[in-house]
Amino acid sequence: MVSTGTRQAEGETAADPARAAVWTVRGLVKTYPGKRGRGSATPEVRANDHIDLDVRQGEIFGLLGPNGAGKSTLVRQLTGLLRPDAGRVELYGHDLVAHPERAARLIGYLGQESTALDELTVALAAETTGRLRGLPARAARAERDAVLDELGLTEIAGRPLKKLSGGQRRLACFAAALVGERPMLVLDEPTTGMDPVARRAVWAAVDRRRAEHGTTVLLVTHNVIEAETVLDRVAVLERGRIIACDTPSGLKAIVSDEVRLDLVWRDEAPLDLPGIPELRAAAETSGRRWTLRLPQERARAVVASVTSGPAFAALDDFTLATPSLEDVYLALGGRQKGLVKA
Amino acid sequence: MSALSAATTADDRGVTPQAEPSRRAQETAGPLSGGLALAPSARLLPSLAAVYRAQLSRARVARIPLLFVATFQSVGIMILMRGVVDAGSPSARAVVSGSSVLVVAFVALNLLAQYFGQLRASGGLDHYATLPVPPASVVLGAAAAYASFTLPGTLVTAVFGCVLFGLPLTNLWVLLAVVPLAGAALSGLGAALGLLAPRQELATLFGQLGMSAALLLGVLPPSHLAGPLGWARDALPSTYGVEAFARTFGASTDWAAVLGDLAVCGAVGVVSLAAATWAYRRAAYRR
Repeated sequence: MVSTGTRQAEGETAADPARAAVWTVRGLVKTYPGKRGRGSATPEVRANDHIDLDVRQGEIFGLLGPNGAGKSTLVRQLTGLLRPDAGRVELYGHDLVAHPERAARLIGYLGQESTALDELTVALAAETTGRLRGLPARAARAERDAVLDELGLTEIAGRPLKKLSGGQRRLACFAAALVGERPMLVLDEPTTGMDPVARRAVWAAVDRRRAEHGTTVLLVTHNVIEAETVLDRVAVLERGRIIACDTPSGLKAIVSDEVRLDLVWRDEAPLDLPGIPELRAAAETSGRRWTLRLPQERARAVVASVTSGPAFAALDDFTLATPSLEDVYLALGGRQKGLVKA
Repeated sequence: MSALSAATTADDRGVTPQAEPSRRAQETAGPLSGGLALAPSARLLPSLAAVYRAQLSRARVARIPLLFVATFQSVGIMILMRGVVDAGSPSARAVVSGSSVLVVAFVALNLLAQYFGQLRASGGLDHYATLPVPPASVVLGAAAAYASFTLPGTLVTAVFGCVLFGLPLTNLWVLLAVVPLAGAALSGLGAALGLLAPRQELATLFGQLGMSAALLLGVLPPSHLAGPLGWARDALPSTYGVEAFARTFGASTDWAAVLGDLAVCGAVGVVSLAAATWAYRRAAYRR
């Protein structure tokens, strides 16, 4: 779906543990104080709980987790927007806790919100952002033209962002993030709402910068498919903690002996048939869809029984799949819903 | 969990041949202890100009209807006041002058408070906070743009008022000083209100209240405002712009007093823009 040749070619080296860590995070803690309100009080929330991370030179490193896992809080601390309660953040040798203002001179950041750019045209949004990244006027215009061309935005360069579709607007913001080059890109859900063409443009642009300039990328996502396809390594966040950190394939090896079986019933599940109530007890149900995570042997037996016996009449569809990062997340004890497969 | 290596040493940071970061960043950045060279920061004036230009362009997309509202409101007030105020009287001067500066208050105070309130509530400030720009350039650029939006409306209002109340048009050029100075004072106040308000609705409310104060205390002739109302009028930054402008309608203008009023306006402008910059830092960075 995404990515081009560069990553495949570089995949091994990017995940190579011998590569230098350029972003080192140690013992990062952030707690939001509770609020006392009339009638309802919210308790104190530990959004980040002793986070340790190493992002290595030239890799695409992912932060994967459902909404509320603490990804945004972590990114805000990594980019100097939020001061941690405790811990250390070092980027390319710069202490970002002591000097948060240096982050903007090392990082190109694409946040989730576009409100600061919404009323500008695509071209002016990119150019202004380049100027504010310290480019002289002529360089900002030249980079603007190059980036808009690279991302296929030249035709809509004169249109205000707020008049664009969600995916186009996102792509325009991504363009702004690229003008005024930085050794590190932080992309928070960059492809939300984009069609496949725009997604390809994003990953091609990222790959190009990695190949030509050794750019390192931190990608925040809750999309497991994207995480599996584009990331060199991924940290899985759950309730403010990192519960795993490895390559996507390394993580999937944790659950490699399991497969996922989805059963979709036509109407009511035939609970009167033998074996079916037991399946239901083990399944995660969502309407007529049951999702089971089973050892391979057991999954085969279940498929054989539901497709051969009387249960088959009640079955609308079934799929058997190798585990995804979502299965890893659940196997590691992740309990929240909200990871997206798209 | 990944291998947790000890802190990286200066030698293994970053620079492998394939991984060489942008050359421009290395060449132009100043020396800094230890780490990879930093890309240059944006300087105050170029980034101020960039913000100003971007904000002005927003007017085409978003602000035009509201600029009309600002002018119509002031013109309407003058038509109403014409019923009770004689043409050419000192009160007429106060009404025309107050109505003209009200356009500035509407846009620079009210609309700017709303804009920053909305930007803060939606997380839009992160965009600026993750760019290496001096906070002052963001605040000053936006304030200058909003003050500029008001100039056409202020001129239209002043010309209409002078004709309606039989006042001379000779010294209207003084608006070229009044609008930027009153604009600085009011937009600084508006930006600070918008950035400090804990909620977006409160930012809107404060902006509206500020504009209402400018309306009541600016348009009514000062001789009609007794006691605390008079003090409130003196405390309002736009008052000195109103006074300066009103003085120029007389047969012989006391230019020293005009300059004095404008100086107060300018001083308040500096203070309020500094306060707005502080408010911006506070809202944008939780450092």
